[in-house]
Amino acid sequence: MSTTRTINASPDTVGSRRARPDPGRGRRPPRRTWRQALRRDWQLYSLAILPLLFFLVFRYLPMIGNIIAFRKFEPGGSVFGEDWVGLRYIRMFLNDPSFWSVFTNTVIIGGLTLLFCFPMPIVLALLINELRGSRVKRFVQSVSYLPHFLSMVVVAGLVMELLSLDGPVNQLLRATGGDPVAFLQEAGWFRTIYVSSEMWQTVGWGTIIYLAALTTIDDQLYEAARIDGAGRWRQIWHVTLPGILPTALTLLILNIGTFMAVGFEKILLLYNPLTYPTADVISTYLYRMGIVSNNFSYAAAIGLFEALIGLTLVLSANLISRRTVGASLW
Amino acid sequence: MVTVDNTRGYRVFRVINAVVLTGVVIVTLYPFVNIVARSLSDEFAIRAGKVNLYPVGFTFKTYTFVASDPTFWTNYRNTVVYTVVATFIAMVLTTCYAYVLSKRHLRGRTFLIGAAVFTMFFTGGLIPNYVLISSLGMKDSIWAIVLPNAISVFNLLVMKTFFEGLPGELEEAAAIDGMNTYGILLRIVLPLSKAILATMVLFYAVSFWNSWFSAFLYMSQSDLFPVTVYLRNLIAGATTGTSVGADATDMTVATNIKAVTMVLTVIPILAIYPFVQRYFVKGVMLGAVKG
Repeated sequence: MSTTRTINASPDTVGSRRARPDPGRGRRPPRRTWRQALRRDWQLYSLAILPLLFFLVFRYLPMIGNIIAFRKFEPGGSVFGEDWVGLRYIRMFLNDPSFWSVFTNTVIIGGLTLLFCFPMPIVLALLINELRGSRVKRFVQSVSYLPHFLSMVVVAGLVMELLSLDGPVNQLLRATGGDPVAFLQEAGWFRTIYVSSEMWQTVGWGTIIYLAALTTIDDQLYEAARIDGAGRWRQIWHVTLPGILPTALTLLILNIGTFMAVGFEKILLLYNPLTYPTADVISTYLYRMGIVSNNFSYAAAIGLFEALIGLTLVLSANLISRRTVGASLW
Repeated sequence: MVTVDNTRGYRVFRVINAVVLTGVVIVTLYPFVNIVARSLSDEFAIRAGKVNLYPVGFTFKTYTFVASDPTFWTNYRNTVVYTVVATFIAMVLTTCYAYVLSKRHLRGRTFLIGAAVFTMFFTGGLIPNYVLISSLGMKDSIWAIVLPNAISVFNLLVMKTFFEGLPGELEEAAAIDGMNTYGILLRIVLPLSKAILATMVLFYAVSFWNSWFSAFLYMSQSDLFPVTVYLRNLIAGATTGTSVGADATDMTVATNIKAVTMVLTVIPILAIYPFVQRYFVKGVMLGAVKG
């Protein structure tokens, strides 16, 4: 989920936008007053009413609804809770050892995902780029994008079938003389399963942005490198890699910004009480606390904490990105 | 003369590259092959761990068995209905808002953009959303699925970028001829935007077809489930969560039934995928070259 949205900031476009000031700026008419603007553009504004209502009700109301983290909430009562209880629920989860265990799991799974799923699309894009023949190229691309279009339920189903006792992985184990393993029942295997299925699902799709960046590299640079006697390797090292470096850096920083947002849906589908020790993350924990056990205020407090960490990470990642590579999300 | 591109080392690399990429293709496709083989195999052969690349004890019986379950068809129809309605609502809202945001002269435009973009980085979270949808009385209704995700900000920005790239002269000419904003949008702008509209419809339709969590969260009757929740209850054995009405009888679902349901769930996606894949890629590119 985070990959598509982080693609927004291509450093080249941002950079060039900064270098060339908007040509229309000089001709822009003086700022109208609101009354004039409304008279002139009321039809445009009217088109924005329904979408704004959507954002207000389904995006901003829930944000305000987080107030139940500080108020006692009665199911069936007011959306915004009944009485103020101050920081009671905050203190409660800060003193909850299970919370810290799921917090650690979140950081570990997020970190592993970043470590394995961030570099792979670069490698795959470089390999695909070296293919001759556009047909083969297109075929490899089409196949590698495919898993991106599957429902998470199907992905989880495929993982379960592959790893089931009668599945191919255990068939291989048996054939090589090993004992079958109930992979999904063992906490020690969960992170491996999660990260590799995540790679299967996202790496191909992640190459799109790099393949696009590769096409923008000027052919003259390769020409010049060849004339200087650079072989294929040195061309890749001195031309290709520097060419995609800004894209890679931007995506890296943005991925660091969203690394706590681990795949809630997939974990919810794949984990079970036996694997909770390694699999349970903040979002699944608060789901069980809130929706399953009806501790809405307590779960909302955890959710608010997680959202604030996420926001802080994104904001600081964006700040670093703006300072270092000059790319910003907004 | 030997060019640098034809050195021995590079030829070796190209062979290795071909092998690696063949491996990637095989690893990507293998789970599909395996699941299709299972769906066409005899249950005992599967249990014995004999099914891998091709069906063993070839049979269509599992397909006819799944197809004879009325709940499956109800849920499949639900998925189609939810996808169509949700995509329609999403397209109307997204198109309107993207068009408004694309008008650079508009007063308050920065605020309107900011209001949308901020929701990408900070959301209310699961619990307040759940409480809100419940108190709006949307549980067990189609609205819980089609309304809360009606605008994807990513899609909105892609569309806004596209509209900004359209030549303004046509719209100005139409305005001088006395056409109002609604007319301009409907009769000038939209016909020029067929490609991006198709891309957006696909983006939304695929995401609604694949979605399962809102339905899992807000639907408690099995005749309201989409097929993804039907499948989820099969693979999870229907033992957890809010899915009270789920097929409680299927505590241990035969693995070939799961395989068949998976195949039937992804078939529509796989069927259109080869033809529409390039639209998706184009859409992502548009998003990457943000204006």
